[in-house]
Amino acid sequence: MLEMIWIGIAQILVFTAILLALTKPMGTYIARVFKREKTLLDPVLRPIENRIYRVCGIDPGSEMKWTTYVSTMLIFSMMSVLILYLILRLQSFHPWNAAHAPSMSPFLAFNTAVSFTTNTNWQAYSGENAATYFTQMIGLTWQNFVSAGVGLAIAIAFIRALTRESMHEIGNFWVDLIRGCLWVLLPLSVVFAFILMSQGVIQNLSSYVHAMTLEGTRQNIPQGPVASQEAIKLLGANGGGFFGANSAHPYENPTPLTNFLQVLALLIIPAGLTYTFGRFAENQRQGWALFSAMLVLFIAGVSGIYWAEQSGNPIISRIGMNQALGNMEGKEVRFGISGSALFATATTDVSCGAVNSMFDSYTPLGGGIAMLNIALGEIIFGGVGSGLLGMLVFAILAVFIAGLMVGRTPEYLGKKIEGKEMKMAILAILVLAASILGFSAAASVTHSGLIGRLNMGPHGLTEILYAATSAAGNNGSAFAGLNVNTPFYNTVLGLAMLIGRFLFVVPVMAIAGSLVKKKRVPQSSGTFPTTGGLFVGLLIGVILIVGALTFFPALALGPVVEHLVMHAGKLF
Amino acid sequence: MLERSPVDSTNEDGAKVVMPTHEVSKGRHRRRATVAQLIPQASIDALKKLDPRKMIHNPVMFVVEIGSIISTYYAVAEAVGGGPNVAFLTAIAGWLWFTVIFANFAEAMAEGRGKAQADTLRKMKTETTANLLLDGEVRQIPATQLKRGDIVVVSSGEIIPGDGEVVEGIASVDESAITGESAPVIRESGGDRSAVTGGTRVLSDQIKVKVMSEPGQSFLDKMISLVEGAARQKTPNEIALDILLAGLTIIFMLVAVTLECYAIYSGGAVPISVLIALLVCLIPTTIGGLLSAIGIAGMDRLVQHNVLAMSGRAVEAAGDVNTLLLDKTGTITLGNRQAAEFIPVNGYSERDVADIAQLASFSDETPEGRSIVVLAKKFGFRDRHIPPDAEFVEFTAQTRMSGIDLDGYCIRKGAADAVTSWAEQQGGSIPEQLRPIVESVANSGGTPLVVAKDNNVVGVIHLKDILKGGIKERFDQLRAMGIRTVMITGDNPLTAAAISKEAGVDDFLAQATPENKMELIKKEQSQGKLVAMTGDGTNDAPALAQADVGVAMNTGTMAAKEAGNMVDLDSNPTKLIEIVEIGKQLLMTRGALTTFSIANDVAKYFAIIPAIFTSTYPVLDKLNIMRLHSPHSAILSAIIFNALIIVALIPLALRGVKYRPLGAAILLQRNLLIYGVGGIIVPFVGLKLIDMALVALGLAG
Repeated sequence: MLEMIWIGIAQILVFTAILLALTKPMGTYIARVFKREKTLLDPVLRPIENRIYRVCGIDPGSEMKWTTYVSTMLIFSMMSVLILYLILRLQSFHPWNAAHAPSMSPFLAFNTAVSFTTNTNWQAYSGENAATYFTQMIGLTWQNFVSAGVGLAIAIAFIRALTRESMHEIGNFWVDLIRGCLWVLLPLSVVFAFILMSQGVIQNLSSYVHAMTLEGTRQNIPQGPVASQEAIKLLGANGGGFFGANSAHPYENPTPLTNFLQVLALLIIPAGLTYTFGRFAENQRQGWALFSAMLVLFIAGVSGIYWAEQSGNPIISRIGMNQALGNMEGKEVRFGISGSALFATATTDVSCGAVNSMFDSYTPLGGGIAMLNIALGEIIFGGVGSGLLGMLVFAILAVFIAGLMVGRTPEYLGKKIEGKEMKMAILAILVLAASILGFSAAASVTHSGLIGRLNMGPHGLTEILYAATSAAGNNGSAFAGLNVNTPFYNTVLGLAMLIGRFLFVVPVMAIAGSLVKKKRVPQSSGTFPTTGGLFVGLLIGVILIVGALTFFPALALGPVVEHLVMHAGKLF
Repeated sequence: MLERSPVDSTNEDGAKVVMPTHEVSKGRHRRRATVAQLIPQASIDALKKLDPRKMIHNPVMFVVEIGSIISTYYAVAEAVGGGPNVAFLTAIAGWLWFTVIFANFAEAMAEGRGKAQADTLRKMKTETTANLLLDGEVRQIPATQLKRGDIVVVSSGEIIPGDGEVVEGIASVDESAITGESAPVIRESGGDRSAVTGGTRVLSDQIKVKVMSEPGQSFLDKMISLVEGAARQKTPNEIALDILLAGLTIIFMLVAVTLECYAIYSGGAVPISVLIALLVCLIPTTIGGLLSAIGIAGMDRLVQHNVLAMSGRAVEAAGDVNTLLLDKTGTITLGNRQAAEFIPVNGYSERDVADIAQLASFSDETPEGRSIVVLAKKFGFRDRHIPPDAEFVEFTAQTRMSGIDLDGYCIRKGAADAVTSWAEQQGGSIPEQLRPIVESVANSGGTPLVVAKDNNVVGVIHLKDILKGGIKERFDQLRAMGIRTVMITGDNPLTAAAISKEAGVDDFLAQATPENKMELIKKEQSQGKLVAMTGDGTNDAPALAQADVGVAMNTGTMAAKEAGNMVDLDSNPTKLIEIVEIGKQLLMTRGALTTFSIANDVAKYFAIIPAIFTSTYPVLDKLNIMRLHSPHSAILSAIIFNALIIVALIPLALRGVKYRPLGAAILLQRNLLIYGVGGIIVPFVGLKLIDMALVALGLAG
């Protein structure tokens, strides 16, 4: 069995190596796209791009100040919410309705519309029963692209602000959105969809298949255009599964190879963006520093979950059952502990929210780590664009503390970090903490919050905490064990998603607006270098301290107590 | 003018106020109240500062005060209701009050140092009488009634009643009240030595002074408000830090409130007093309590170094400076050059040059001239007698040479071109070898003086700049700090290059004029750099105003002092380096204590969380890794530690974290290790010790 563990560890190491190898080409490509340099795809995509500009009346040459950029983004997103809401409310009129899905209720439609627009993809419904093919393709897959595109655009605009000087404009939102979708998300998704299909992921518009099982019961096997949605689900860090079972479903994630590739697809763009950042900063070491901080936290998460799940449940061991394979409850045999731990860490780090195993069945600490990954702010690689954005906020915080410690007004990439930037950075962090703690606390003491629990005690608290964390962090994965399709949760979590996305982005982009105007102070030996091991260590320290101090009590009463109680022989 | 009433008091009143100045010891540091002397007043002030209207300026401590009030209410309610936890709740309320008072005490201690000094200065100001010159008559009025533009007469023994310019006369002035330096200085009308400061005393002669400051805005007023800390405004960096601290406070308030919800969910609400204790332990009270003390102490350190900063902003900017502009003379080199060598030409010997150069220099009272006489003595020319009919020729800016006309021949020494053209006028010819010698002397950083006897060029005197001791090491330190040094000099580029190489400065500005100095500052600033410089003359004023940190010398003109944002009372240009260090030290102290404060929270969580929930979830006692005696002792230990750590760190806050001129990365590593890692470990030990003490005293409950 030791052999199995080594194979698991080897898989994690091979994965890290491949991710490392892909970061540079991915990042270089993204940088070329947004610097409007030549790429291989230009002959195909330039005509399309120009046509879109002409039809929509966009002047690609004009750039926007941060206020215009952000308000354009907000209006675009709110319109998206509205359109998706209408699509969901009118499902009974849709073509391609193999599931015979009815129109969604107002609460569920609101929740789902917000969820897919904020790149959260929290699903209070099961796609195979509650969504038409039309909804899946036109409503959801479209949002999968543009919500990730919005994230990408914002991150690029922020990077521009950091690397430009004495300017006001940070880019054109429409150009960034369109180029991100056309050049980055679309081609990668097409390629990845074909790879998935080659492995057995289905792609059709067929009616559901009726089958008779060996036991003689009738089974309805759902069909659908899965591969196309699956590709962007992962590449765009969306996470909304075609089926309720998400990436645990054999039609979504059939083989250990697809599992491996899906995890890679999750991380490739967020990892590449760190390199893009270095490109814009004209100092690759700046990018690698952020990458290293992310990688260290990622490996810590994988190792933690892998260890917790491999250790299994002591109560089961005590009754004499073999747990050599680890805690396999809620996990797919074809993925095993390592494949599940890798996926679980990646999906919670990256604000994706796709799952290939059920967190509710994880050991308390394993599930707790998944939750902490999200609570840290979705910055360990993080969502497409939003992850880098969050990490940069922490970098600003770290730089501020470092600057004080070396007796110099802090600078990041030569930009002075002053009162205004601190105010906005703190506000962004506060928004996230407030929505996670506030909504979960409200749910933990109200009748409507408590009624949906399937488990009592600390495990029940973890379920509530996880739901609020997942929504505010725009992750979208569910711990399960909580019935969230209620007016209370649909509304509360919908609000948490909106706050977690937009109330976070606005102050962060205000930082961009302030930094773009500043001059870059030249580096000297008195400047604290934001590259190298010391900064990476400090950055990780700041992230962990802020996260730990904010969430320690909640974690203590949820997963930690549950873990201790489990070792004392009690389950919930 | 009409409102002024003549005062018939004698000048003796004015003379009396000189007394305090004698208390000021000679040298850089003024005598200061000892820590022990400050404690009684600071304790009273600490209580006065409990006024919520004052507390609200410090959000972190304001939260603690509100918490103290609420927990006092619960303690009283428990006592009235006869509950079992009176002692525990009272202890919580008490220690929360101590936390606030200790923080106030820190601030009061920092302010206290300046106050004593301010009182002395204020006394001097109010008791001074001015001899106002009005329509040719002298009238005596209190100094406080003087207006800008008034002319006053100040005679020996009298106090100068206000800041101004000497418009007539010359006098020696004792400025020790302001500078702490008891050696008198000369003040005279016109030129760069015309500025006088109110509160200083004329020792000899009589001067007429035109008052240049409005009432209440004199140098003395500024100094009083500065040492008192009254004019202290929050600096940009302090504001940013305040925001961080306020943000953390809000996050922890959220944590405390939501914790109550989770606690209710888990089946056991937490008493409000305990919740407040947790909140106070988590919010950054250590730095919140010491922040203003650090700022005041930073300004105070500057005053100790005899530098007056007009704003805290300037002090902070000093810590950020990228480029230092340093005048060569007086900063990098000693004020004067010295003769180092005689180089003969035209077949003369070295001894001949020494002989003739010494004759030319007898009347030259400049340090350079004297050094020539001294050097010539080495060639045996001692105790010479100058013929009585000899006629000295003074140096003028037009002739640029000096010398002596003796019986039958003339000797001149001076700038190479001036002396050679003089010799040519006499019909002489210039030897071929002269030019290369002059150039090589100049290239080596020296100043060549050519000596000629009638129409014969005799040789060259090599005047050398003498570097100040240890200056090269200072520049190495500055380089390590990431600061570029630029030497400003009127010398030609070749000379400047040689000296800057010898001294180890990074760059130089040769043939400096006020205009190209200004240009250099603007160029550096356009690259985003912060520039610091010193200056004293009126023509330095624009550059001083343009520079981010402009340090005016106290000996300088009023215009220079007004343009700069700091005044160095010692008039020591090298001080700039210390100002930079003080600026950095100020930021570092804030940073170190912030890190320490936040790092402390880890241990406090491990004390309080198990203590709160041990009855709901007994298994959580596993998190009680310090094995604290009981839930009550754990909570008390945490708040006692939290209060005492403020007192323990007051000396550090007042003294400042030690600054070493190291690179940023090494500095950060050191400080992270001491205040970050140390900040995590120290409270674990401290909490355990306090818990043991509580058990030993039978207070652990």
